[in-house]
Amino acid sequence: MSTTTTGTPPLSAARTLATAGRVLRQLTHDPRTVALLLLIPVLMITLLRYVFDGSPQTFDSIGASLLGIFPLITMFLVTSIATLRERTSGTLERLLAMPLGKGDLIAGYALAFGAVAIVQSLLATALSVWALGLDVTGSPWLLLLVALLDALLGTALGLFVSAFAASEFQAVQFMPAVIFPQLLLCGLFIARDRMAPVLEAISNVLPMSYAVDGMNEVLHHTEITGHFIRDVVIVAGCALLVLGLGAATLRRRTT
Amino acid sequence: MMNSSGVAIEARGLTVVRGSRTVLKGLDFTVEPGRITGLLGPSGCGKSTLMRAVAGTQAKVTGTLEVLGSPAGHPALRPRIGYVTQAPSVYTDLTVRQNLDYFAAILQPGRRHREDRRAAVTRAITEVDLSSHAGDLAGTLSGGQRTRVSLAVALLGTPELLVLDEPTVGLDPVLRRDLWNLFHSLAADRGTTLLVSSHVMDEAERCHRLLLMREGAILADDTPEALRRGAGTDTVEEAFLHLVDAAATRQENAR
Repeated sequence: MSTTTTGTPPLSAARTLATAGRVLRQLTHDPRTVALLLLIPVLMITLLRYVFDGSPQTFDSIGASLLGIFPLITMFLVTSIATLRERTSGTLERLLAMPLGKGDLIAGYALAFGAVAIVQSLLATALSVWALGLDVTGSPWLLLLVALLDALLGTALGLFVSAFAASEFQAVQFMPAVIFPQLLLCGLFIARDRMAPVLEAISNVLPMSYAVDGMNEVLHHTEITGHFIRDVVIVAGCALLVLGLGAATLRRRTT
Repeated sequence: MMNSSGVAIEARGLTVVRGSRTVLKGLDFTVEPGRITGLLGPSGCGKSTLMRAVAGTQAKVTGTLEVLGSPAGHPALRPRIGYVTQAPSVYTDLTVRQNLDYFAAILQPGRRHREDRRAAVTRAITEVDLSSHAGDLAGTLSGGQRTRVSLAVALLGTPELLVLDEPTVGLDPVLRRDLWNLFHSLAADRGTTLLVSSHVMDEAERCHRLLLMREGAILADDTPEALRRGAGTDTVEEAFLHLVDAAATRQENAR
C-alpha cells in the first residue's frame, strides 16, 4: 500500500477522529471509570443540595459554580493519567514515529474527553435544574456550554502537566498543585473582590475564576451578557493556549 | 528508494550522547536492503540506542545517518519504517484487533481505505499467529503474546524497513522459529530490510549479516560464516568472545 511520503500534515481530521475513537474505546473497557466519571458529579451536587437545605440561595450560587468545576477537575485527572500512561508505555514514542501529527493526538484527546464531559455535564446540570431545584435565571444550555469549556480547559491542563510527571504518584500531586489554588481563589468561597488585593490580582489571571464568573452570569441574568461572553472567550482561549503548550511538550526525539 | 550506493542504512561517525555518557562512539556501518541484519551484543552496549537513532526517535545524534536515502528521522520516513521497541508498546486496555485498527488508521487514514485497513489488520494478526486471540484485551495476554501484538503493529502498512528491538525475548522455541521464518519470508518475498537486535547469540546464525557491538562500538560487521571462519570457531558466540578478547588484548598493548 502506498501512503503519501510527503510528511505529516499538522492536523488530519481522519487521524484525529481515529485517536478520539481509540480513547473512547479504551474507556468502554473500563466501565468503572465511566461510572465514576458520570455518577460522582451527580452524587456530589445532590449532597450539596441537602447540605444547604436551609439556604437555597447558597446552593444556587455554589451549585452553579460546581457544575463548572467538576468537569474541569475530573478531565484534568483523567487526561493527566491517560497521557502519562501513553508516555510511559511507549505508545507515544511509537505514535510519534508514525505519520501522526502532534495536533492529531492533542485534538483527539480533547475531542474524546470533551464528549465524556458533555454527557457528564448533561447529567449533573439536568438533575440540578429539574430535580434539585437549582434556580437559574438564564438558559441551562449556557451552563452546559461553560461546563464543556471547563472540561476542555481541564483536558488541556492535564495534558500539559503530564509532561512534568514521571509517575502516576507525581501526576496526581499536580491536582492539588494546579487545581486547589484556583479553587480557593475562583470566588467559590468568597467573592473575589473581598479577597486581599494581591490575591484578587492573582485570581484575575487564573482561568477558573472566569469559569465561575461565567456560571454566575448565567445564574443571575436572563440574556447573554457582555461579561458572559468575555468569560467564555477567556476560558476557551486559555484552553487553546494550554493545548498548544501541551503539543510543544510532545517530542518526537527523546534523550 | 535506496541511496546511490544501494544500501538501506548508512552510518558514518554516528555518535549519540545520553546524559553525560557517550553511548555510541562514532560508528561506521551499512545495512544492505532486503536482508536481515542482526545487531548483537551484551545488554547495555548501545543496541537500543542505535535502533532508536535509525527509527528517528533518539535525540542528540551526531554524524551521518542515512535511512532509505533520507536523513534518519525525516518525516517522509515515518510511514516507511516499522519500529518495535523492547517493551511492547500497545494499549493494554484495548483488544488486539482494536490496537491494530487504531494504528492502521494512523498509517492509512480515511473512510475510503477501510477495506484495505481491515485486510492489513487481519493479515498482520495472522502473521504473528494471534488469530485466536484477536478479541482479547492486550493486557490479559502473556508477555510473549503482547510482544507479538507490538510486532503486528509494525507489520501494518508493509514497511520497507523493520527495526525490531529484541523481538523474540521471552518466546518459546517454536514461536521463535516461526517468527524467524516470518522475518525470512518478509525479506525474501517483500524485499523488506530487517534490522533485528538480540542478545541471544544462537539467533545470530539466522541472520544474513551481523553487526557485533560492545560498549558503544562495532566489533565486527560480517556474515555469520565469515565471522566463524575468521575466528576459527564453530559458533558465532565463540567468535564474539574471541573478538572481545582480541580487542581487550589490543587495548592492553596500546597502553
